[in-house]
Amino acid sequence: MTSPSTGAPPALRGPGRPEAGERTAGHRRLARPPKRPRWTAAAFLAPLIVYLLAFYAYPLYRNIELSVHDYTPRAFVRGDPEFTGPANYLAVVSDATFLRALGNTALFTLGSIAVQYALGLALAVFFHRNFRLSAVLRAMFLVPWLLPLIVSASTWSWMLNSENGIVNAALQAFGIGQINWLTSPDTSLLSVTIANIWLGIPFNLVILYAGLQSVPADLYEAAGLDGANAWQRFWRITFPLLRPVSAITLLLGLVYTLKVVDIIWIMTRGGPADASTTLAIWSYREAFGTGQPDFSPAAAVGNLLILIAFAAGLVHVHLRRKEDHR
Amino acid sequence: MTAHKAWWKTALGVVLVGLMLFPVYWMVNVSLTRTSDMRADPPHWFPWDPTFEGYAAALGQQLPALATSLFVGLGTVALTLIVALPAGYALAKLRPRGTRAIDFLLLVAQMIPAVVMAMGFYTIYIRLGMLNTIGGLIVADSTLAVPFGVLLFRAFMAGIPSELMAAAQIDGASTWRTFRSVVLPLSRNSVITVSLFAFLWAWSDFIFASTLNRNSDVIPITLGIFRYIGNNTTQWNSIMATAVIASIPAAFLLILAQRYIAAGVTAGAVKD
Repeated sequence: MTSPSTGAPPALRGPGRPEAGERTAGHRRLARPPKRPRWTAAAFLAPLIVYLLAFYAYPLYRNIELSVHDYTPRAFVRGDPEFTGPANYLAVVSDATFLRALGNTALFTLGSIAVQYALGLALAVFFHRNFRLSAVLRAMFLVPWLLPLIVSASTWSWMLNSENGIVNAALQAFGIGQINWLTSPDTSLLSVTIANIWLGIPFNLVILYAGLQSVPADLYEAAGLDGANAWQRFWRITFPLLRPVSAITLLLGLVYTLKVVDIIWIMTRGGPADASTTLAIWSYREAFGTGQPDFSPAAAVGNLLILIAFAAGLVHVHLRRKEDHR
Repeated sequence: MTAHKAWWKTALGVVLVGLMLFPVYWMVNVSLTRTSDMRADPPHWFPWDPTFEGYAAALGQQLPALATSLFVGLGTVALTLIVALPAGYALAKLRPRGTRAIDFLLLVAQMIPAVVMAMGFYTIYIRLGMLNTIGGLIVADSTLAVPFGVLLFRAFMAGIPSELMAAAQIDGASTWRTFRSVVLPLSRNSVITVSLFAFLWAWSDFIFASTLNRNSDVIPITLGIFRYIGNNTTQWNSIMATAVIASIPAAFLLILAQRYIAAGVTAGAVKD
């Protein structure tokens, strides 16, 4: 939405519905040969093709170019950077920050999606059986996801403030001493992960809730007649039938969380001392975070991040295929 | 028995919503707190003695940024619709060559981290002199919404009966005319959904604004808040007041357009 938006999570197309629609349309069309020439379709697609080339492919190409040259600010202006091949990648991988950032990325990403999913699923099951006001209450859960990330991040920053934050004030009531949430290297990664989990719950709730609607109600009735209790009904019926939806929710969460910059940058700037620096934050900081932009290593880090996201995407596509073929 | 159980669930639901929305409550609470009470220990749980000095400061200083964000948001919606609507129609109904390749590209496009896009745009804009321009920011923000828009329009338009379009063709309508007079009116709901999301993402964008427009005099509200935090960390009531104002579009969407939101989140992501 996180970014899911983070932030903002655009819904990727999952298995099933669109293909199904296309398939029926296709069958209908097969009975009647297409009358329109191909170029009509091409004309309607042209804006998108131009757009993808100009605003995705070209920036991406420029990014790769950045990563295999040594772009100093001076070379930037004069346009004569030195070609260095894989040197930037080697430098990045052997940098002490790399392993730290990789570990933080893993903790932040896996921690976020695991807890978001567990809480989202629990809430989805809770809201599944309609009760008074359930639709209104469920809608209220969307709020964190719709707020601009800067709003959520600055609110959490103030709540977690060491001296004046409400969180420490509440903990003090239980006799727990001051915790420097954002300024201690021990807790800063945990703090941004908590904020990110809060942001991602709505997305998980909405998708898993929609998934629950497709579990046939008579299955529960039959299980109830057989004497299954609520716990058994969840583990024997709901959870297995929700597996495809769960896989997609987790993979989308993974892809979105890998990219997160805003929330961490606004709350801790990756600090203190790299304690909350993920790969995305590292890349952002090298390129834009300091007075001296260093685009070449930043681009190399960014491209490594793409490779990780891409590997996750391949798993996604693979799972979709498997579901479609069942 | 059933009624009793339902009330128990409603009560628990209210408590859960209260926990979930506590940060939002806290934002409003702080925005109404006097500067002198800001560092009170323990913090004031309720603004018994509210002040609007934060809102006065926010509106006095951030009005231009709000106008910029509104303009950028509307521009992003327009660009997104212009690119995504015809493409969605072509992919859903005209069966062009390379549909699979485009599907794959759109999927990949959504995986590219925004920070990578920002660096790419930065190097391009620096040559074209488009850094710190509104137009440049609109183009960059639209990349957040175009793949989503195409996929949503495509899924929606695939559900429009082909007979309707065939009928229009028999009446002599061109493909463009069919698109404009038959497909577009029927797609109203999906157009609303995509427009809402494109607007919200552009309005909320921080990464592109903080990289491509960071030296600009004309900044969107997200950057306005960020600079606010950097400048005067004591004026948290003004910062939170600005945050409340910046949340208005989200509140508006939630109250007036909730069904479109749910439609957008689940669009195609779930098997039915």
